[in-house]
Amino acid sequence: MASGVKPRVKVPKKVAAGDTITIKTLISHKMESGQRKDGDGNVIPRSIINRFTADFNGENVIDVTLEPAISTNPYFEFDAVVPESGDFKFTWYDDDGDVYEETKSITVS
Amino acid sequence: MKFAPWITLAAMSVGGAALAQDSNALNVEGEGLVTEAAAPSHMENVDTIYSGWRFRSSETQALQTDDFENPAMIFVDKGVDLWTKVDGTEGKSCSSCHENVEDFAGLRAQLPRVEDGKLVTMEDLINRSRVEHMGAEPWKWSGGEMTAMTSLISLQSRGMLVDVAIDGDAAPFWEKGKELYYTRVGQLDMSCSNCHEDNYGTMIRADHLSQGQINGFPTYRLKNAKINSIHGRFKGCMKNIRATPFKEGGEEFKALELYLASRGQGLSVESPSVRN
Repeated sequence: MASGVKPRVKVPKKVAAGDTITIKTLISHKMESGQRKDGDGNVIPRSIINRFTADFNGENVIDVTLEPAISTNPYFEFDAVVPESGDFKFTWYDDDGDVYEETKSITVS
Repeated sequence: MKFAPWITLAAMSVGGAALAQDSNALNVEGEGLVTEAAAPSHMENVDTIYSGWRFRSSETQALQTDDFENPAMIFVDKGVDLWTKVDGTEGKSCSSCHENVEDFAGLRAQLPRVEDGKLVTMEDLINRSRVEHMGAEPWKWSGGEMTAMTSLISLQSRGMLVDVAIDGDAAPFWEKGKELYYTRVGQLDMSCSNCHEDNYGTMIRADHLSQGQINGFPTYRLKNAKINSIHGRFKGCMKNIRATPFKEGGEEFKALELYLASRGQGLSVESPSVRN
């Protein structure tokens, strides 16, 4: 597991039905591009988050492919209209096979 | 090389107009911070002091207003982890002696300060605790662990006004810092004051010159995507004027830190701030 990886998400807890809400996500990750060399001239192997998804009550909301040029600690912000109360599930996929997950509940009134 | 005089004139008039600090108000998580204040009485050549935040682009400014978007908070989280991490021969962590990091509220605003005839900074205090109480290796001055910890501790003072002591024991250090501030060094033969006192608000190539306030330190810089220490920033400044930088943690930089802190008396501590 890459070190120092910590996902974080900001989702409003309560919204009115039909409101557009802003969801902010960030994962601390070094996003090593695979293009750099170390002091001895050896290539530092690529190690990035290559995919990010968000699901709401099991239904996919967004699915993002990340490329090596994306800088450290990738941040995603997007808007969503939430039809009903439920859970947002956020998933980040690491090159090394690790999967980081975070879930946030939201209440629609 | 021959310059057409009108080119120089045009460049100067553009350089002089509408480039001073903006008038935006800084609200961090709903709390209003002071980014403009009357200069302390010891400053002879400046009437009003401005936080470096006021010189940044609106995109950079926005990052600092929300703790979720402030990239420095990632490092504060690292500091939280380090706070309870046991290290050294005594089997202790910071939290073994200091119950709550919140107890350090106000510390950032008062540092550096004189203790037993020596000027000490936050880095000194942290390393003293590590060596004397934890039996651990001191951290590197601008290393990742140190800046994470100084960010965490400084955050506790956010919103408080900078208030360093410059009289009594501190006076000789302050005088030394002032002398350094006004001394020209390096191949470009420049002093701190040439940029940050005589020319703040204008552009130095692509960079908007601020007053060089340190109330936002330790600060996250977009250019290197990490937390920068005060002394690390001094070093960068000195390299830019092609001088040989003093040592991080050395007497010169500590004295300069005290003098600069005193030039920001009355501004809010913004640590950890976001700059370009």
